[in-house]
Amino acid sequence: MAQSLAAHSESFNYKIVRQFAIMTVVWGIVGMFVGVWIAAQLLWPELNLNIPWLSYGRLRPLHTNAVIFAFGGSALFATSYYVVQRTSQARLFCDKLAAFTFWGWQLIIVGAAITLPMGFTSTKEYAELEWPIDILITFVWVAYAIVFFGTIVKRRVKHIYVANWFFGSYILTIAILHIVNNLEIPVSLLSWKSYSVYAGVQDAMVQWWYGHNAVGFFLTTSFLGMMYYFIPKQAGRPIYSYRLSIVHFWALAFTYMWAGPHHLMFTSLPDWTQALGMAFSLILLAPSWGGMINGIMTLSGAWYKLRTDPILKFMVVSLSFYGMSTFEGSMMSIRTVNSLSHYTDWTIGHVHSGALGWVAMITFGSLYYLIPRLWGKDRMYSVRLIEVHFWVATLGVVLYIASMWIAGVMQGLMWRATEPDGSLTYSFVESVKATYPFYAIRLLGGTIYLGGMILMAYNVFKTVVGAHPINPMVPIDSIDPAQPAANLVNA
Amino acid sequence: MLLPLSLAFVAMIGGILWWAIFSGQYDDPDHAARSILRDNDTPVPQQFQIISSNLDENQSEPKA
Repeated sequence: MAQSLAAHSESFNYKIVRQFAIMTVVWGIVGMFVGVWIAAQLLWPELNLNIPWLSYGRLRPLHTNAVIFAFGGSALFATSYYVVQRTSQARLFCDKLAAFTFWGWQLIIVGAAITLPMGFTSTKEYAELEWPIDILITFVWVAYAIVFFGTIVKRRVKHIYVANWFFGSYILTIAILHIVNNLEIPVSLLSWKSYSVYAGVQDAMVQWWYGHNAVGFFLTTSFLGMMYYFIPKQAGRPIYSYRLSIVHFWALAFTYMWAGPHHLMFTSLPDWTQALGMAFSLILLAPSWGGMINGIMTLSGAWYKLRTDPILKFMVVSLSFYGMSTFEGSMMSIRTVNSLSHYTDWTIGHVHSGALGWVAMITFGSLYYLIPRLWGKDRMYSVRLIEVHFWVATLGVVLYIASMWIAGVMQGLMWRATEPDGSLTYSFVESVKATYPFYAIRLLGGTIYLGGMILMAYNVFKTVVGAHPINPMVPIDSIDPAQPAANLVNA
Repeated sequence: MLLPLSLAFVAMIGGILWWAIFSGQYDDPDHAARSILRDNDTPVPQQFQIISSNLDENQSEPKA
C-alpha cells in the first residue's frame, strides 16, 4: 500500500475550495443585504438618500448579480472544484489557472459593485455588466472549463460520477450563453457604453434564451450537481436510482434551452416561438421532478436522520422547494396563467422560491458539510446553530413567497379589471398602493433570511478560526472498500 | 439564429451521450453510486487518532 501511495503522491487542492467557500458566505451577506435594502426602498423611497448610486434602478441589478454570480457562483466554484477532485481521485488540473479563476471572479464582482451603482449597464437582465467586465468573465470562464475538464481528463477513476456531468454541462452552456447574449459593440475603447448587436424582438428572444438558460443551467443544473454529491455523502446513502440520475440529466440538458420564450408571452414574439416555449416548459416538469425524487428518496431507509440532522433538513427541504418552483414555473409558462402573472410580483415570488428555497438552502447544506472538512474537522462549530439557521431560513422564505403570491395575483386581477363600459377599474398607482403591506411582509421575510445568513457566517467563523487547513493526499480507490483513508497532511 | 444554434447544441448533446454509453460510462450504476461513499473525506476527530479500517460514512450522533 505504501508503494501505491508513493506512485500517486499528490494532494488535493483544498486551498482554492477554502477560498471560494469563505467568499460564498461573504457575498451571501452582501447580496442579501442589498436585497433587503431595495425591498425597504419600495416602502420608503427616501432610502436612496438622494444619491444616484443608491437608487433602486441601479441597486437592483447589483442585488441580482451579487446573489446569483457572487454568492451562487462562488458556491459552485467551491463545490465543483471539491467534487471533481474527490470523485476523480486526482488533484485539480493546473493550480495557477484555478487561482486565476478565484482572483478573476472576485475582480468581476468588485467591478460589478462599482460599475452598477455608477449606472453603467447594458440593461439586459442578469447580463447588465458592461463589455470590459464581460470580456474578463469570458477569460475566467474559459479558465474554469480548462481546470474542470482537465481534472476529469486526468482522473484515476474510469467512471465519471453523475454530479460531474451536471457541473460540466453547466460550465459549457454558460460559456455559450454568456458569449452569445453579450455580443455588443462598444461606443469606443475608452467608453463603458456599448450597444447590443441584436435589436427589437430578436434581442428580446436572445436575452430570454439566455435568461432562462442562466436560471436553468447556472441555478438548476449546476446545483443539482452539488445535490447529487452532498446529499448521498451527508445521508451516508447512495443515490436512490443512479439510472434515473443519468436519464433525467440528459432529458434536462436537452429540454431546458427551448423554454426561453415563456418570458415573452403575449409580446411581439411570433406565436410559434411562444408555443414552442410553452410546450417545452411543461415537458421540463418531468426531468426536473426526476431529480427531486431521486434526491429525496436517497433518504430511503434513513428518514430517521432528519430528526437530528439539520444539514439533511436543509437538503431535503431545498429539494421540496425545487420541486415546487419547477412545478410553479411550468404552470406559469401556460399562456393563460402567464397573462395574469406576467409583470406582477408573482414572478418575484417564484424567483425567490427557487433562489431562497432551492439554491440557497442546498448551498447551506453543502457548505455545512464541506467547510469543516476543509479544515480537518468532521463537523461545524455548532450543530445547534445550523438547526436555528434552518428554521430561520424556512420562516423567511415562506413569508417572502406567500406575500409575493398574494400581491402578484392581486396585481394581475386589478390590472385586468374592467368596468361594464370597458374602461379600466383601477389606475396603476392604485395597485401600487394596494401592494404596500405585502412589500412590508416581504421585507420582513427577507430580513429574517439575511439574519440566518449572518448566523451562518458566525458559525463558519468559529469553525475556521484557529483551525488548521488541510490538503489531504489523494487516496487510491481500491476494490477493497474497507481501505483506510490515506495520511492527512497539513498544508 | 438561435434555432440553428440550438439544433447544433442538440447534435452535440447527442454525440456526447453516444460516447458516454459506448465507452462504458453507464455499465455499472450501482458501483458508481456507492463509490463516492467509499471515498473517505471525513477527518478523524482529534481525540481519536487511530486508523480505523471501517470508518462509517454515516455521521455519529451530533454533539450539541
